[in-house]
Amino acid sequence: MVSAYKRGVAGVMLGLALTVGPVCAEPERNGGTLTAIVQPEPVILTAAVSSAAPTGVVSGTIFDGLVDYDRDLKPIPALATAWETGPDGLSLTLHLRSGVTWHDGKPFTAADVKWTLENVWTKIHPRNQITFGKVTTVETPDPLTVILRLSQPSPAILSSLNSNGAQVLPKHLYEGTDVLSNPYNNKPVGTGPFVFKEWNRGNHIVLERNPSYWDQGKPYLDKVVFRVLPDAAARAAALEKGEAQYAPLSPVPLRDAARLGALPNLRVATTGYEWLSPWLFADFNVERGPLKDVRVRRALALAIDRAALAKVVWFGFGQPATSPVPSTLTDFHAKDVPAHPFDPKRAEVLLDEAGFKRDANATRFSLDIDYIPYGDDFKRTAEFLKASLRRVGVEANIRSQDTPSYTRRIYGDRDFDIAITWFAAFSDPQVGVTRAYWSASIGKNIPWTNGSGYRNPEVDGLIAAVQGEADAGKRRDLFRRFQQIVLEDLPTLPLLELKFFTVEASNLRHDARGDQVYGTLRDFRFDGPVPGHSRASAN
Amino acid sequence: MSRLTANLGTLGRRLLQMASVVVGIAVINFCLLHLAPGDAVQVLAGEAGSATPEYIAALRAQFGLDQTMAVQFARYLSNVLALDLGFSFRQGLPVATLILQRVGPTLLLMGTSIGFAVLVGGALGFAAARHAGRPLDTAISILALLFYATPVFWIGVMLIVVFSVWLDWLPVGGMAQVEAGLTGLGYAADVAQHLVLPALTLGLYYLAVYTRLTRAAMLEAYGQDYVRTAVAKGVRPHRIARRHVLRNALLPIVTQLGLQLGSILGGAVLVETVFAWPGLGRLAFEALFQRDLNLLLGILLCSSVVVVLANLAVDLLYGVLDPRTTRS
Repeated sequence: MVSAYKRGVAGVMLGLALTVGPVCAEPERNGGTLTAIVQPEPVILTAAVSSAAPTGVVSGTIFDGLVDYDRDLKPIPALATAWETGPDGLSLTLHLRSGVTWHDGKPFTAADVKWTLENVWTKIHPRNQITFGKVTTVETPDPLTVILRLSQPSPAILSSLNSNGAQVLPKHLYEGTDVLSNPYNNKPVGTGPFVFKEWNRGNHIVLERNPSYWDQGKPYLDKVVFRVLPDAAARAAALEKGEAQYAPLSPVPLRDAARLGALPNLRVATTGYEWLSPWLFADFNVERGPLKDVRVRRALALAIDRAALAKVVWFGFGQPATSPVPSTLTDFHAKDVPAHPFDPKRAEVLLDEAGFKRDANATRFSLDIDYIPYGDDFKRTAEFLKASLRRVGVEANIRSQDTPSYTRRIYGDRDFDIAITWFAAFSDPQVGVTRAYWSASIGKNIPWTNGSGYRNPEVDGLIAAVQGEADAGKRRDLFRRFQQIVLEDLPTLPLLELKFFTVEASNLRHDARGDQVYGTLRDFRFDGPVPGHSRASAN
Repeated sequence: MSRLTANLGTLGRRLLQMASVVVGIAVINFCLLHLAPGDAVQVLAGEAGSATPEYIAALRAQFGLDQTMAVQFARYLSNVLALDLGFSFRQGLPVATLILQRVGPTLLLMGTSIGFAVLVGGALGFAAARHAGRPLDTAISILALLFYATPVFWIGVMLIVVFSVWLDWLPVGGMAQVEAGLTGLGYAADVAQHLVLPALTLGLYYLAVYTRLTRAAMLEAYGQDYVRTAVAKGVRPHRIARRHVLRNALLPIVTQLGLQLGSILGGAVLVETVFAWPGLGRLAFEALFQRDLNLLLGILLCSSVVVVLANLAVDLLYGVLDPRTTRS
């Protein structure tokens, strides 16, 4: 891992050298085809209408974002070259890049941004209805300027402007149509470095180089092929053999990652996911049984050795979480919060105090654990929890089901005790974290919201307050207070900050932005011989 | 003349029976599938990572899931009767298009592997029966048992490890190499290369079935009086095996083949998954997990039609192979 990390850093520095000196050090474009693996197969290729991860991976290179995010999650120019917030925080002005065209040749203008904001982000996009909720009007004084007028300051907007957070759609192809069933959702027309060519369902998605891309000389590759390989062992084999050179979103089982990373032709990188900042947690159903008692919830937290969980179950691709706001969100992550370090003895004392003594079988009570069926790692997390709880006299029964049954059980029927899942925190906790605690969404059968059933008016008040607070310092204080309360009440136990990983060919070179997983492949290039010619010549 | 009309009448009655069976299956499918918890909208919202009630309501309205079950059922049934398979909202394509895209690869994979299994399995069974009780028979039986008992996905992964990763002879998965953009003969050769491992994996499993079936059926036929008569007449053993024994042993094989052809459209989920083969099995499997009921119902309906047709074909073939079966 260390050497892979170092190689990753070297790659970043090379990438920077490329972007810094466009005139003197423009590398010769040596083209080639990048074969990437996307798993599972996307449902749709337009991230503006579906924020599913595979859609983001493919869509992110057909479309550009208004901005990209660097590894510190600061915005860097893309379709927008500059932006400024009004002094009162009640307006946001975006200056758009000139000379950008859609893949069908029509110019990209402020009208596209305005139309998409008004008709897609605030109407359909699952996250943006809240993020852009305070936008009252959108003005377009000229074709390259967009001004958002806000009823309340909305700093979270600036952390959601990349092609996954706020994808701009071509107004001329969408206006007057039913956006959700528009055929261009599956043959997208974007402004990005690669043009959609073909989607053979169950097989592959082919993108070709955009010859009139605004970033002169880029992209370096001729073609990108996203292959659908449903079986994890086959994905590992394809990467090992060099049939595929890029596979984001933890494409192989964790135990295979170390083996593949040790091969000379591959590297395993955990960069490029900072914008996602995934965190793994357990929701306690606070409306049912012993878990109603906060002492029991704290006791269960003390019974779980999160460091061991990271090492044994997640093979080091995760670190113990101390707060629902991951430490990668440096502006918001609070350190002065109630901690629940591994202490099974104290856990037993708390459980005794709560009145749950061990019975003749040394069992205090029993409960069910449900886990999100996204692979073995989550199942083994449930098994780890079961073993941890048994040590303090709590018998757990693990239940398996498919995803729709799981989300229905947790967010609709609320028929569970402990539920294990993960959220993306995103670069602003308002987007990805507070939804787990907001009481308005309980029991409405909306996936990935408040699963624990936690209702606290003070927390609801804090969640409302951070959405309209312009002052960065005050906002940070509000988030700190929020973290202190929810870690005291513990309706949700943060387990790990997950590290997703990418397996890629060693000779693949590219910049690593903080949102690279959903970003463009515009600066991807191969060192030395390029793949993509016929099999015979490749051997 | 009257016999012909009688035959036509029988055929007509059978077709009518088949149609009602298919419609009955469609009705049962609809009811069964709607028992599964959660719907397509929930899956989509779940995959999206977050959702609002408005988003969910908009999707439900678009998919027609906001209607009562009775309305949905009536709509589905009228579509089926009009031979309209409906629209997969999740994939954004008509169900018929999605199925047609997968039919070719499915037939290619299943045809090749079943063909391989029948020919090679039949030959092995034939050899085993002729050498019953001798070492060759034992060896073939052990081999067949081994193939039959080994999990298909494990064989698949092992073949990939050996032939793709170690020896680097064959590609890992997929149906064709997209990157090279081949056409014509080059494309056909490429597809053939991609076909070898999945067809072999699936074929080895079926092969075991046909080997054992052929051997058992032939040994049974060897015990018949007409074989003893032939032996007494001095017919050469090889000729006995071919003309008198094998031909009579074909009936159970054809039955088995008919059953298998019936399930051909179901594809082979495991093999298709391991080798990323774009077949119908995977499509159905994914549709189930995505609660894409229109698509799943469409696939099941097509499969039921194929099963019914295959049954008819087998019945007709019986008459050709063994005229005695039609006499009663």
